[in-house]
Amino acid sequence: MTAEPIYGLMAEFENPTDLVHASKAAFEAGYRKMDTYTPFPVEEAAEAVGAHHNRVPLVCLIGALLGMIGGYSLEYWVSVINYPINVGGKPFHAWPAFIPVTFECAVLGASLATVFGMLALNGLPQPYHPVFNVPSFTGATRDRFYLCIESQDPRFSISDTRKFLESYHPLQVSEVPY
Amino acid sequence: MPNKTDSHPNLISPDEIKPASLELETVRKKLAGANGPKYWRTLQELADQPALGELLQREFPRGAGEWLDPVSRRGFLKLAGASLALAGLAGCTRQPYEQILPYVRQPEYLVPGKPIFFATAMPFGGYAHPLLVETHEYRPSKIEGNPQHGACLGGTDLFAQASVLDLYDPDRSINITYKGEPRPWGEFLGSIRARVLYHNSNQGAGLRFLSGATSSPTFGSQMRAIQQVFPQSKWYRWEPAHHDSFRAGSKMAFGAYYDSIYKFDAADVVVSLDGDFLSGSWFPGFVRYARDFMTRRKDPEKGMNRLYVAESAPTTTGAKADHKIPARNAEIEQIARALAAKVGVAGGGAGQLSAEHQKWVDAAAADLIQHKGKGIVVPGVFQSPAVVALVHAMNAALGNAGQTVTYIDPVEIDPLINTDSIRELVGEINAGKVETLIILGGNPVYDAPADLDFGGVLEKFVADQKNMVLQLSIFKNETTDFATWHVPEAHYLESWGDARSFDGAVTLIQPMIAPLYDGKSANEIIAIFTDEPSSSGYDLVRAYWRSQHTGDDFEAWWRRSLHDGYIANSAFPAKQVAAKLGAVPAAAAVDPNAIEIIFRPDPTIYDGRFVNNGWLQETPKPLSRGTWDNVAYISPKMAQQFGFFVLETDGIAKSDSEPNVNADHQSDAQNVLEITIDGRKVKVPAWPQPGHPDGAVTLFLGYGRRKTGIVGTGTGYDAYSVRPVGSQYTGSGSIQVIPEHWDIAITQGHFTMDTREPVKAASLKEFLEDKHFAHDEPELEPRENESLYPDYRDKGWYKSNAWGMAIDLNSCVGCQACSVACYAENNISVVGKYQVQRGREMMWIRIDTYYAGDPANPSVYFQPLPCMQCEDAPCEGVCPVGATVHSTEGLNDMVYNRCVGTRYCSNNCPYKVRRFNFLLFADYTTPVLKLQRNPDVTVRSRGVMEKCTYCIQRITAARINAEEQGRYRDGRIDIRDGEIKTACQQACPADAIVFGDINDPNSRVAKLKSQARNYSVLAEVNTRPRTTYLAAVNNPNPELEKA
Amino acid sequence: MATRIDEEIDVIPPKGVRPPIIGPGQTLGTVADRIGGIVLTKHTPIFWLMIVALAVALFGVLNTAIAYLLGRGVGIWGVNIPVGWGFAIVNFVWWIGIGHAGTLISAILLLFKQGWRTSINRFAEAMTIFAVMQAGLFPLLHTGRPWLAAYWLFPIPLTMGVWPQFRSPLIWDVFAVSTYFTVSFLFWGIGLIPDFASLRDSAKTLFVRRIYGILAMGWRGSAKHWNRYESAYMLLAGLATPLVLSVHSVVSLDFAVAVVPGWHTTFFPPYFVAGAIFSGFAMVLMLAIPFRYLYGMQDFITLRHLQNCAKLMLATGLIVAYSYSMEMFIGWYSNDKFELGLVHNRLHGPYSHYYFVLIFCNIIAPQSLWFNKVRSTPWILFLVSTIVQTGMWLERFVIVVLSLNRDFLPSSWGMYWWTKWDIMTLVGTMGFFVLLFFLFIRFMPAISISELRTLLPQSKVKE
Repeated sequence: MTAEPIYGLMAEFENPTDLVHASKAAFEAGYRKMDTYTPFPVEEAAEAVGAHHNRVPLVCLIGALLGMIGGYSLEYWVSVINYPINVGGKPFHAWPAFIPVTFECAVLGASLATVFGMLALNGLPQPYHPVFNVPSFTGATRDRFYLCIESQDPRFSISDTRKFLESYHPLQVSEVPY
Repeated sequence: MPNKTDSHPNLISPDEIKPASLELETVRKKLAGANGPKYWRTLQELADQPALGELLQREFPRGAGEWLDPVSRRGFLKLAGASLALAGLAGCTRQPYEQILPYVRQPEYLVPGKPIFFATAMPFGGYAHPLLVETHEYRPSKIEGNPQHGACLGGTDLFAQASVLDLYDPDRSINITYKGEPRPWGEFLGSIRARVLYHNSNQGAGLRFLSGATSSPTFGSQMRAIQQVFPQSKWYRWEPAHHDSFRAGSKMAFGAYYDSIYKFDAADVVVSLDGDFLSGSWFPGFVRYARDFMTRRKDPEKGMNRLYVAESAPTTTGAKADHKIPARNAEIEQIARALAAKVGVAGGGAGQLSAEHQKWVDAAAADLIQHKGKGIVVPGVFQSPAVVALVHAMNAALGNAGQTVTYIDPVEIDPLINTDSIRELVGEINAGKVETLIILGGNPVYDAPADLDFGGVLEKFVADQKNMVLQLSIFKNETTDFATWHVPEAHYLESWGDARSFDGAVTLIQPMIAPLYDGKSANEIIAIFTDEPSSSGYDLVRAYWRSQHTGDDFEAWWRRSLHDGYIANSAFPAKQVAAKLGAVPAAAAVDPNAIEIIFRPDPTIYDGRFVNNGWLQETPKPLSRGTWDNVAYISPKMAQQFGFFVLETDGIAKSDSEPNVNADHQSDAQNVLEITIDGRKVKVPAWPQPGHPDGAVTLFLGYGRRKTGIVGTGTGYDAYSVRPVGSQYTGSGSIQVIPEHWDIAITQGHFTMDTREPVKAASLKEFLEDKHFAHDEPELEPRENESLYPDYRDKGWYKSNAWGMAIDLNSCVGCQACSVACYAENNISVVGKYQVQRGREMMWIRIDTYYAGDPANPSVYFQPLPCMQCEDAPCEGVCPVGATVHSTEGLNDMVYNRCVGTRYCSNNCPYKVRRFNFLLFADYTTPVLKLQRNPDVTVRSRGVMEKCTYCIQRITAARINAEEQGRYRDGRIDIRDGEIKTACQQACPADAIVFGDINDPNSRVAKLKSQARNYSVLAEVNTRPRTTYLAAVNNPNPELEKA
Repeated sequence: MATRIDEEIDVIPPKGVRPPIIGPGQTLGTVADRIGGIVLTKHTPIFWLMIVALAVALFGVLNTAIAYLLGRGVGIWGVNIPVGWGFAIVNFVWWIGIGHAGTLISAILLLFKQGWRTSINRFAEAMTIFAVMQAGLFPLLHTGRPWLAAYWLFPIPLTMGVWPQFRSPLIWDVFAVSTYFTVSFLFWGIGLIPDFASLRDSAKTLFVRRIYGILAMGWRGSAKHWNRYESAYMLLAGLATPLVLSVHSVVSLDFAVAVVPGWHTTFFPPYFVAGAIFSGFAMVLMLAIPFRYLYGMQDFITLRHLQNCAKLMLATGLIVAYSYSMEMFIGWYSNDKFELGLVHNRLHGPYSHYYFVLIFCNIIAPQSLWFNKVRSTPWILFLVSTIVQTGMWLERFVIVVLSLNRDFLPSSWGMYWWTKWDIMTLVGTMGFFVLLFFLFIRFMPAISISELRTLLPQSKVKE
């Protein structure tokens, strides 16, 4: 059989426990290019596939700093440099009055950065992805748990990997076509 | 010049630009001078001459090079930019199709954008009020008093201020009508001429004239002329707010009619028997009197005069009294007799008094006797002749006559008793002796005594075809319905004329603008009867004065008189008259249980002539603060007996009444009384007025008009409908509570100071003991510069001029002239009764009125409240768009076109002096109203906050003027003290408001602010207001204080 | 999906026993079916149609009122001098307050790892967003010239060259409220992504699948995605927590910064925040109780949730009560004549009856929540919440009107009476709110499916 290039092999499990076992084993077996798909966050699975850390917090911090500096400097520039007016005898640089806006700007910047940073890092929105080609994959948002080892992985070979996955008695193992 | 250039580095002075030393002219001369065939081949050859050489080498003549100077180039670019912008603008405008022409001859004096002031006068109740009228491109826009004229010294009353609005009233009568049908002038003239011919044939039998009181010499001469042409004709007079008692009283005392002139600045003790000589517009000369009287109260350290007042209907004069007793008119006559007896006047007989009144009389009499020749007894315009006569006698007995009181011939043209006159006229009409009745001004059908039923009489009269009624009036009113011919009258700002002020000085009336609706003056109408062709008002007045003027310099004299607004030393000389008082007729026995009905002209509508004037309708009545209606004053005690709410002096708010009619608005439902005077009834809203005497009701004339303009329709009740000819100002009748409610609109719901004490007051004794009594809570008052904020002076602010205002609470008589002046000056909108009930009146300077003490006879305080112009203004900090910010001169500026209308500033204003355009209050549609507007002040649109800015347009005008003249002193623009007067200051008769530069230690305002009495309202809020007050000090009699 | 009857589920538990967070017998699948079912079903319930019809009618009333307002001017309302702020600002503060519980539940309870929040946070967040939308209307409409205020309040370069005046609390408001709306919306939005995916996958028709497919943005539940998603969610929670506290603090500064007696107090921020949470939870209950009844969601919104909300109401209510007493105490203790005047005005002034009704609604009525019986009986809870909601509206009325109508100078004291247009605007926003909320229930998962799953025993990884 002339095998067309496939995206990978996907094993479907009934509960998170089995998924985590299989994933851990796969990692120990040296597989790296793999991912799990679950209807709700399963921390162990994420760790198993090696997704420990992410850069979302960093993005958030940058956003916060930008918002904060931007907000305050806007207020300062407007009230002290660009158009200083005597307002009720208050000083031009009335810093206590500038704090609320500065704070709100910081929060706004942080939130926007976090959300859009997260989406960007996740590569979302993404209309097409091979895993959706697996007929039974709809379970991934319902009550099934999937482990997909990708063909890009150096140690990937259809037969061995299939054997390896089946050894963790999944409900089924299916090929993920491109 | 040098310091000018210093101040304007951008300007290059002309002498810096040198013209080229040799121009082509000189070259030509040179060539011309060359004789013989001496040609020049090249320019070089000609150019041996250095100068020409220079000319040739230079591309441009000298001076043109100045364009390369950066400053000038910038100037050039500015011009270029501006012209481009203008070109753009021009592109936007639609050119009119009609052919328009520029001035061929520029009108004299006219500088577009600069106001011109003309002197004229307002005839009012037979007296002239000398005025200075501000005109913009010959549109009268603002009335001021004529500062050179002794009758006002620059002050005005609210009627003069508001009269300019009448000129532009869209409801004015605009055409001649015959039985209601519009007719051309020619037809009218023809009809009248025919009439004149007819009366020529019968010596004027059946020809009758009815006019109001007048003091116009020209008019007087015309009257005499009529008498010669028509010997049988008769003149009658009806002035609804007449001074009959003055006449009768004068007759009683002197055997002839005289007018009294008072010198209040010379009086130490003033006893007023209901004489409203402060701020009572019906009291001849009050504007001058208020000024004179207050000169004795401006500086208590120099001593003060003392004022005793016994009055029936509470007035502002009573409010300023040191000792006031409320008394019914009947009682006042008793008081007069008792007082007279005490000061040694026989014939009055001793009146029987209550203990309280007796005490007052004793004290007053003692004081008067103590200050013989330095006291004044003032009679009330509306008192009985007996009171007036007794007063004359008292002034004589006390030696005041000749000192503080002088007598002159009556200013009014042939004075008479109005009630007799009108009674006689009605008698004649009923007797069929009248065929032609000429009614010059006035509105007798509405305001003639009720029991004469003038309307009914007139109806029968005109029913007969051969009879004719000619009415001249500025409005179509109730009388117009019975007029065969109606002719629109010219407003005094449209007509020529003359009149005498209270002291007899002749003031000339010159028109500011051609009659808007071809109105005619009374003089012109009379002229139809005498001369052919009838002459114009100008000819009449001029001709008369030419005949009067002795000397050949008439032209110069005439021009000067017109310019000054009055004829120099034309005041009547004082007469030496002795009061030889016979037996004063005994007072009619009064049933103490009978309810006394008191009639008074309305404080803001007068006799009804101003009922269609929006400014005056919305101006709160002094003391009651009511607008848009007249109420009936009753005493708080009476109100309690009836179970009405009582306007308590302890902080119970009356405007807290739940809305009773529709939950849609806040209204003040008043209980309704029905007043019955010999059979005639009128329903009136009762108002419990603190200080009103018991057993009496005060009705105000002038409202309840059946036929008037949009503004006046449906306001108030008609007191004339029950006013009998027999008892014009004091009657008696019965009152009955009606289970109805009458919504009135008041601008102030609380009349007590609660614990806040915005007004600081003390007696002279207390003041002398503690001059700083106004600062009684030092722990609450922040020290100078005690603030977390920086001092902007350190930043170089407020350096040039720092405007401030000081208001002397001692002087303020609460007459409301300032409020109306502010309406006129600042294009303030009138909002109407409903909006006032909602609390949305737009008054920029209001006069807060507070009562303290016993409601039966409280002490009253007035406090004019404009914007305080706080240096640390709470309103500014909270504005999200910076629409109200501070100027370098310390003004709290309002930027109308930046305001989005959050109203946060108003909420945060401790003084609540900000006003908001909740709806589109300004009238953008009525064309004629636009003529009145002050072009220097924005007309505020809907949704915008507005407030007093110390008449910033006047400040700016003065500053520009000073800069044009290059007036600078030590880095400051040198604006002279008093060069700027705010509208309120200028209008104030008592000179209570002083505005100026507080940086200048010698300015009046700075001096006042340095006085011990000077204090800031709500100092503890530390807003550092620029408007401060001089605490009130009164001067009670120690004798009475002890008791 | 047989709905179960109230009586069976809502039995008052014996003492000491707390009801479960989630009903027995629910599995990963049934959760999706029950919650997704509401959205995916073709059959629209009749009560939904009736409620939405009513809401649309009220929405029409709102639009009428706004149209007339823009045509005539703010003068059609009862505002005047001295009471420059009336219903509009009262409603604004009221709605903003309601909008606080949502973010609070989602964020703060998340940080405190309160598992029970998961079944109510979704519609609490929706409630927040819709309430803030209502609130946002008022500050704009109450200005004299809304068409200018709409953009002059933001720092946009204008030809005039002038900028917003950043010392004004109203500008702080603009930033606070708009930030709050944005952040709440983002929080709500990313929470929805996995559920949209779930709807996408259980959708029956292609069209519906497409719609939710687009909304799900291709979510596939990858571990790496979950990992970032989780931290983003936590971060937002961390940000929203100070934000939610700041928003009502800033709103309270509108008053506290002013010099008006009754406004000019330092303890307004905490006082306002407590009040906001108070009314917020009242609103959560007012929505949750009918919702769980109408849609038979008693398994997911159990008595446990109602009780917890009730307890939080009681707690915040006590803080509010404390604030009221302090307000009066400080007024008296300051011995400042204006503060004393304020106390007098509240107790004996023309509006004193409003104040006493307020005391009943916000202090006396909530005390009933001490009793387990009350906390466990939905209809009583609903009643109490309604009373509290009214009380909180009155509180703002008292703060705005009773302070302004008698401030410094007696001469300028006045009264405030609203007009029918004030009423129409208030009722109209209620209609608008209900409309938005029921549209949300019909077309979006009202309970977070993916989060709810984590509560099930099946979701735990056994070693």
